[in-house]
Amino acid sequence: MREDRNTNILSGNGLTRRTTLKGLGAAAGLMAAPGFTRFAQAQSSEPIRIGFQCHRTGIGAAYGRWYERVTNAAAKLINDEGGINGRPLEIVIEDDGTDPARGSEVVQKFANQHKVDLVYGTLFSHVVVGSAPMAGELKIPYYVVSEGYHVASGKLNRYCVQPGITDVKAQVRSVAPWIAGNLGKKVTLVYPDYAFGHDHRDFFEPAIAAQGGEVVAKVPIPPTETSFTRYFPQIPRDTDVIYHVMVGPAVLTFVKEMGEFFGTGGPQLFGFIDSLEAVDINSPGLEFLEGSHFWEGMPRYAQADQPDHVSFYRETVGIDENGASLNDPQDVSTAAHMFGCWETLHVIKAAMEAADYQGPGDRAKLIEATEAMSEMEAGREHPQGRKVFNGKIHQVFGEQSISQVKDGKLEVVHRTSIDDGLYEPEADYTAMSF
Amino acid sequence: MAFGPYLLLATLEGLVTAAVLALMALGLSLVFGVMRVVNVAHGEFYMLGAVLAWWFASLVTGHPAIGFLLALVLSPLVVAAIAFVAERLVLSRLNYEPEATIVATIGLLYIIQQLALTFYGPEARPVQAPFDMRISLPWFGYSAYKLAVIAASILMMLATWFALTRTKIGLVMRATQYDRETAQAFGIPVGRVYAGVFALGAALAAVAAVLIVPIQQAHYLMGLDPLLLSFIVVIIGGLGSLRGTVVAAILIGLSDGIISMFFSPTLAKMLATLLVALVLVFRPQGLFGTVAR
Repeated sequence: MREDRNTNILSGNGLTRRTTLKGLGAAAGLMAAPGFTRFAQAQSSEPIRIGFQCHRTGIGAAYGRWYERVTNAAAKLINDEGGINGRPLEIVIEDDGTDPARGSEVVQKFANQHKVDLVYGTLFSHVVVGSAPMAGELKIPYYVVSEGYHVASGKLNRYCVQPGITDVKAQVRSVAPWIAGNLGKKVTLVYPDYAFGHDHRDFFEPAIAAQGGEVVAKVPIPPTETSFTRYFPQIPRDTDVIYHVMVGPAVLTFVKEMGEFFGTGGPQLFGFIDSLEAVDINSPGLEFLEGSHFWEGMPRYAQADQPDHVSFYRETVGIDENGASLNDPQDVSTAAHMFGCWETLHVIKAAMEAADYQGPGDRAKLIEATEAMSEMEAGREHPQGRKVFNGKIHQVFGEQSISQVKDGKLEVVHRTSIDDGLYEPEADYTAMSF
Repeated sequence: MAFGPYLLLATLEGLVTAAVLALMALGLSLVFGVMRVVNVAHGEFYMLGAVLAWWFASLVTGHPAIGFLLALVLSPLVVAAIAFVAERLVLSRLNYEPEATIVATIGLLYIIQQLALTFYGPEARPVQAPFDMRISLPWFGYSAYKLAVIAASILMMLATWFALTRTKIGLVMRATQYDRETAQAFGIPVGRVYAGVFALGAALAAVAAVLIVPIQQAHYLMGLDPLLLSFIVVIIGGLGSLRGTVVAAILIGLSDGIISMFFSPTLAKMLATLLVALVLVFRPQGLFGTVAR
């Protein structure tokens, strides 16, 4: 019997299916891991490898492209200045297709195949929510740049942190007093009918009520909608302000059709620039926005009074005074969000240095060092401005800009304080186990 | 807003949807009717039409109408040429086997989509409407361009109808549709007719895209939704029936406009899908289709 089995062509030469699969897996791993040969060096100069979960394709591709540019610029800067703990920083990029299922696979691939130190850079909230459980399961730190409330809500796990960009709850709370004081108290909300829009709906209503205002109507719009005129009759005539947070490629249509519907006599407009990230504000059809106001995480247009570190940041990531690429004035950046990549990488650097990070064995120490952070001063590392980090909810809080469209440019008219956006923490990640 | 104006707005919106949908579905229906090919890449020809429209319009300066008209003429031609080449290189070599062509057109869908992402980018870019006029009604304002889209679509449909029923090219197409082998026996170059029909179908999608692009911007993922709606229209109207396609497009467009305004857009989509299911169960050949021989 034994001999019979050995005559089998597959097992006869000792090559079992299991070893074949192992060999194939190893070969695939080697081919997929860029810069593999560099590992043949001493332990101390081995690069710190950060897995960048990037929206290269899918609905978030415009954001992904700029997140990638800013990440590369910040990584180059960090490397030029000596790296992290004397080790170079290496960014490993995987495309998640802006898809939660693929996002989770990408986290897995980073941990098991690329063997990166941590995962970073996700923006779209459904991808974050889809990927976070996998990061928790594989016990790999997951630094997101998403502005969603999911990290701060306490519903994710101890490995998920958002130290580079303010979350939507704080953003909404910080702009509400200014809206009530300057634009009007009767507000109609127009928002996409999924998690991101629901965050705005749920957080804005109490925030404006606290200012003596009220939400007179809520107009949810399905995320795949391409035509909007049909929704405008739902906006009551006595509305003072339309608060809009539409996202996705159909946003230009939304603004244009609003202009056609209301003409010149319509309500005031307050929008989140998320709608028009990567879109030229002077695009045909957007004339209707002249005079209206926007929230901006960081100003797209160079401001007259901007500090030197902001100029340095803009120059390093390669955007001109209109917030477009230095190489192509048509290629408008996602300036209000992408600074988060820059700042998060610098937070990772600071946390790794504080924890004396050596390798994947120190992942828990890295999270603890991040949790221990609090004040972050404005400067080269934090060009968007001063920030306060709350280690309990893994969330950072910063100042926000309110800008007005004047002569086809966004001009900052008000800067909110950090206190405007602060809220009572609803969770404590530090009490959770690793 | 009172009921009357509300209904008017809903109807106008529905008619615009119907106008674009009819053109696009007509292309899909022609390709299926003549070639028996389910063209899954049809939505990407639509997207390509919009992206090319942006490119042609950005080539010229001056009055926006010049760029738009240039796009309206050139974009469908280029898309037709691409479709022609794709048909000759891929579909004809598969001998138009139904399963093979579905897989091939799915492949084509991804190739076109990813090429658009690579060379055009992920942004949504607008094309300026040839004229910028707002019709001010007592209750609301409406874009005059949208009304022009309806008119242009009607003209295109009439032209297609004329070409199919009153010209020699149309006769040859109908002969090929009726019986491929007999047509070939009578000296009709069936291969070339197929390539021509495939190109014409793609061109119709491109025309629809050029018309819509001043309203909705060009974006590399824009082809998916219209593809789905076109399939719905074609199934309800009956594959290969011009009249059925037009009626079904108006039906779906208007119900989408009116139901989603008075109730919810989700309900409109549900009803359209339900209608498809009912048609498939009780009248598989579609409302105006003939039973396949």
